[in-house]
Formats: sequence, C-alpha cells, structure tokens
Amino acid sequence: MIYVVIAYLWAAILLYILLGGADFGAGIIELFTSAKNKQYTRTTMYQAIGPVWEANHMWLIIAIVVLFVGFPQIYTTVSTHLHIPLVIMLFGIIARGTAFTFRNYDAVVDSMQKVYNRIFVYSSFVTPFFLGVIAASAVSGRIDTGAPDFLSAYVFSWLNWFSVTVGFFTVAICGYLAAIFIIGETKDDTSRIRFIRKAKQMNVAAVIFGGLVFVAANAEGIPLDKWLFDNVVGVVALVAALLSLMVLWYLLLSKGKVYIIRVLAGFQVTMILLAITLRHYPNIVILKGGKYLSLMEHAGQEKTIYSLAMALLLGSILILPALFYLIYSFQKDKGHWEH
Amino acid sequence: MNDFIAARSQMALSLGFHIVFSCIGMVMPFFMAVAHFYWLRTNDVVYRNITKAWSKGVAIFFATGAVSGTVLSFELGLLWPEFMKHAGPIFGMPFSLEGTAFFIEAIALGFFLYGWGRFNRWFHWFTGVVVGVSGLVSGILVVAANAWMNSPAGFDYVNGQYLNIDPIKAMFNDAWFSQALHMCIAAFVATGFAVAGIHALMILKKKNVRFHTQSFRIAAVFACVAALLQPLSGDISAKDVAKRQPAKLAAMEAHFHTEAAAPLILGGIPDTDAKEVKYAVKLPGMLSFMVHSNFQTPVNGLDKIPEQDQPPIAITHYAFQVMVGLGMLMLLISFFYFIAIWKKREWMQQKWFLRAFVLATPMGFIAVEAGWTVTEVGRQPWIINGIMRTADAVTPMPGIAYSFYIFTAVYISLSLIVTFLLYRQIKMVGKLYDVSPSV
Repeated sequence: MIYVVIAYLWAAILLYILLGGADFGAGIIELFTSAKNKQYTRTTMYQAIGPVWEANHMWLIIAIVVLFVGFPQIYTTVSTHLHIPLVIMLFGIIARGTAFTFRNYDAVVDSMQKVYNRIFVYSSFVTPFFLGVIAASAVSGRIDTGAPDFLSAYVFSWLNWFSVTVGFFTVAICGYLAAIFIIGETKDDTSRIRFIRKAKQMNVAAVIFGGLVFVAANAEGIPLDKWLFDNVVGVVALVAALLSLMVLWYLLLSKGKVYIIRVLAGFQVTMILLAITLRHYPNIVILKGGKYLSLMEHAGQEKTIYSLAMALLLGSILILPALFYLIYSFQKDKGHWEH
Repeated sequence: MNDFIAARSQMALSLGFHIVFSCIGMVMPFFMAVAHFYWLRTNDVVYRNITKAWSKGVAIFFATGAVSGTVLSFELGLLWPEFMKHAGPIFGMPFSLEGTAFFIEAIALGFFLYGWGRFNRWFHWFTGVVVGVSGLVSGILVVAANAWMNSPAGFDYVNGQYLNIDPIKAMFNDAWFSQALHMCIAAFVATGFAVAGIHALMILKKKNVRFHTQSFRIAAVFACVAALLQPLSGDISAKDVAKRQPAKLAAMEAHFHTEAAAPLILGGIPDTDAKEVKYAVKLPGMLSFMVHSNFQTPVNGLDKIPEQDQPPIAITHYAFQVMVGLGMLMLLISFFYFIAIWKKREWMQQKWFLRAFVLATPMGFIAVEAGWTVTEVGRQPWIINGIMRTADAVTPMPGIAYSFYIFTAVYISLSLIVTFLLYRQIKMVGKLYDVSPSV
C-alpha cells in the first residue's frame, strides 16, 4: 500500500507542475507581454483557464495532505526549516488566486483592474519561483536540523545559488508550458505566431536556466551531474526529453499538430521530474551531513498508510471522471461559454 | 509579543478568516439551488437573475476560501510541527477525504459557473447541488478533525508514544457528531441571516424590490429554520462537553466551585483571583438541569481542575455568552418570521420587520467566531486534549510575531477588498442582473 501512496504523491506533484505550472505560466506570459498585446493575451488566457484553474491547484493540496498524513516527519522538517520560503509562496498563492478571481468577478470594470492585473502577474512569478526554491532546497543538503543559529537553521537552508537558479528554471518551465498550451487556444494566425514565439523564448530561457542550475550546483558542491548521469534511467529520461524537444521545435517551426506539441512538452517535464526524483528514491529530503528523510523509513504506521491509500483510490474514482468531463466539455467548443 | 502567543494568534486569525468563507461556500450553493430550481420550474426570469447574481458572490468567496484553506494546510506544519508529527497520521483520515470532497467541489463549481446554456438545464442545476453537498461534506470532515483534538481517539498513548493508530476510530471520535452538527447549522444561520439582512436593506431602500424580496425569502427561511434547530444542537454539544471536557464547560460558565443545584450564570465579569463572577444574573439549578437534566445533581467546577490545566476563563466565558446571546436574538427573530409567514403576511413588508433582519446581518457570523473561540480557547492549554500541550507543539523558529503582523495585514486587506467587491455587486444588481426592475 505504501507504493500506492508514493505513486499518488509523485503523480500529484507531476500534475501540479503540469497543470498548476501552466496556470502560473499564464501570468508569467502576461508579465512578459508588451503593453499593447496584454489585453488580448489576458482574454485568451482567461478563456482557456477560467473553468479549470481552481481544479489545477487542488493537486498541491493532495500532495501536502499525503505528506502530512503519510510522512509527518518529512512534512514537519521541511515546514520548520523552509518556513520562510513557504510563507512567501503562500502569500503568492493568496495574492494570485484572489486577484485572478477578483478581476473576473468585479461587477464594475475600472482602474481597479490595473491593481488586480499587477498583483496577478507578479504573484504568478513569485509563487512558482519559491516552489522551485523549496523543491531544490529539499534535496540540496542544506537543511541542518541541528543548526546553532537562526541564519543557518532558517535562512541558509534555502538561500543559495542552486535553489535560486532552480527557482528561475521553474518559472521558465511554467511559462513554456503555458505558451505551448495557449497555442492551441488561439483563433487567428497572428496570435498563433505570437504565442509560438513566446513558447520558443520561454523554452530558450528554460534551457539557459537549466544550464545555470548545473553551474550553480557545481559551485555549491551539489553533485547534480552525478545524480542525473550516473544511472541508466536518468540518462535515458534526459535523452528522451532532449529528443522530444527537438521534435517539438521542428513541429513549432512547421506548424504541426497542436496536441502533439502539448504532449511533447508534458513529456519533457515528466522526464525531467523522473530523472531528478528516481535517483534519490525513496529519499525525498537530503539533510546536511548526508542524512536522508526517506519515504520508506519515515512513513506512518501501517494502518495510516492503508487508510490513506484507500482514501486516495476512492477519491480518484470520484474525481477523475468528473475532471476529465470538465476539461473535455470546455475544450470541445472553447471560448464560447456565457457566465 | 512572544513567539508562542504570536503563533496562536496567527492560527486564530487564519481560522477566523477562513471560517467565514467556508460557511458561505457551504451554504450559498443551497440558496442558489433553490433559486435555480424556481427558475427552471416557473421560467420566472427574476429567479435566474438571483441565481446568477449570487453565483458571482460565491465565486469571489469560494476563491478566497480556497486560498485561505490552502494556507491553513501549510500553517499546521509551519506553526505546530511537533503536533503534526504525531497527530498527522492519526487524525489525517478526514483531511485525506476532505481533499476529495474539496476537489469535487472545485470541479462542480467549474461546471456550474461556466455552464450556463451549455449543458442540459437539469444537469447544470445538479452540478450546483453537488457544489453544496461536497462543501458540506468538506466542512463536516474538517470539523471531525478538530473534534479529534477535543476528544482524542484511535491510538494508545504509552510513555509518550502514539501506538496502535486507527485512523477510522480517530475520525469517528466522540465529539465529531455534536461538533459537526453544531457547525453545519451555524453555517446556515450565519450565512442565512447575513444574506437575508443585506437583501432586507435593499428592500428598505426600494431598489429592485421584487428581486430582493424573493432573495430575502429564500435566505430567511433557511436562516430561521436553522436558528430554531440550533438550540437543540447546542444542548447536545453542552452535555457532550460536560462529559468529555469538564474544564471547558466550567470555563464557559465561569463555574468556579463544584456545587449541587449549580446556577446558570448569565453575563457578568469573572474574577479569577476571587474565584467569583461579579454582576451576573444567576438562575439557580439551571446549569445542573442543562448538563444532567436534574436540578440538584452537582456540576464539577474549576476547583476540580489543576490550575495549570485550566483554560483562560474570562475569554471562554465572554465568548460563550456572546454566542448564546446572539443565538437567542436570532431565535426570537425566527419566531417573528414564522408568525409572519403563517398569520401576519403584512409584516413582511413592514419596516420594523425588515429592520430587525438588517440588524441581524452580522450576528450569525459574530456568533460563529465566538463559538470557535469557545471551542479553541476552551481546550487550552492542550492542543490534543489531555495528551499534548499547545506550548510543546509550537515551532522552534523565532520571530513568528513578524509573520503574524504580515498575515494580519494581508487578511485585513483581503477582507476590505472582498467587502468592496460585494458592495459593488450589490450596487450593480439593477444594471447587471435585474435589468427591468418590477418595482
């Protein structure tokens, strides 16, 4: 049963990166759109994510509940030592979710829209940035449970070049996913070309920051290259990601099928997550001094894991058909709903 | 402000904020379902307009509730890591089920808000009902988790170890039913009176009278039925608390001394040094009657509880008085409402009648906040009643006071913006939702 729980945790994280990430990306693209195109970008984005955005963020809640029920020690260690980035991320989540809703549901359309827009785009940047920082810090080996002073216990646990570059990398990935997704939502060629260009830019940014992540890891003494390349799965996953990226560029240039492009982009992100997580499995958090927090050793008691797995299985039976029907319904004839 | 008080304040603030939005998110879908039902059955366009106008408000409240709920799921670990390390695996069951309920609520809300004219009309109506039902289930599950803190079950506590964990037993602890029942009814009372009060005000202002009158009636019926039921549920809760948490009951009543024919103390100022309540109205024997259904049976007082295990008496007592007092006022208004329905239809249009409802707008939510204060402060100094002290659960990270100040600023700004948006929604009813007012 523990494997069911771990599979769900991984799937929830992946889906949050893909769906929540594309959702954050919508704001990131808006941030990097010139003023005259902003309104158009905004409308297209809203048409695309309006009905599903709330559901996209549920994956985070699922992941966090699995952690605190099934792996309490992992949850509490991370939330103690990464308290500060977590709180900043939470403010990002509050600001983004409310600003997005407020701008669409304000009965009067006036200068307040500018306030909502600004909050929305900046928090769309800040939130995934800190998500990346938190994820990187969990494996960076900087969390020191026995730290003597405030700075080394609560600040240097996450403030280092490796975490920061991963933060930027995450932002770029989100923007990339969103741009790829939006290409299929456009109705005319000009905007299609515009979003294809955005997707390319975001992709280039992701590659650059991906490179910087390696540089930073090297400088900080984190053996990232070893983690990724000293095992078959890691190498295969990354090569697959690279090959699919080349196919994707070809399709972008030759205006290929939209859904293939989407699948390829999703595939790349899945492969990257797979390469990073598999090497450490089941050690999800790496502490200072080479100690680990393990999904196997630090799991809750048997009955807890059993009932958690049951709750997750039961939940999927209820959730997945409904979710697919929701996405299907609003993809079928997109952008024509009245509300 | 020391870190422990800051952490408690931040938790109280976050819960106090979230509870308002979750109550509205739980209850409004049912109001909408009724209005929507009338629209589908009668084709009277005013009901469609009411449903749409309410759904805009609900979208705003739901989003705010969803993000503040996400924050809470992190704050449990950010502020109380020692508690979560042990409690997570025991009382996590309702949370894992709540994840599902909440997810379904979000999906159904997507269908409902964006589904006008796209689906079969009754399927669309049904998705609105699903929003309400899954919201209610979410609420019950979260309260069941809180009930576990009051009434820990489903494990053996041996030498500081939590053994033989049984998450199902933990979920169905002794307090879950009475607490969940009281909270659900409270949500209907609070939301019902708030919504009815706002529409009553608009009727008094002679704006879109028919629109607001029909809205008022839907909300008021729910509110008044719930307000009639709440004292019964309160009675179940009080008897339950007396049995499980005598310290909490004694603090609620400011009942210092164990005595036979214990009086019910109304109002007053508890003096913890002198161990007496000044300026209070005392109804002899009533507390004994309420707790044990007998005017003579002794009720345990605070003197039976070691001082270090006593909750803050004054706060618990005042909060309890506020909750009960407001509950009684709303009960009184409910009586008038039912008299108006059955005997005196003309009251419905009269100013004093509508004004009473306007006055009652905030009462339900104040009572909800007071009630949560009773249950949370009344459990102190324990975070898991009788097992773990709150002070032992707090995060080791210093500087929580700053975090508390920032959270306060954020939640105050959010409250202001939501109020502002609600004001705009109401102001725009005539332009957006009820275009040809039938004044």
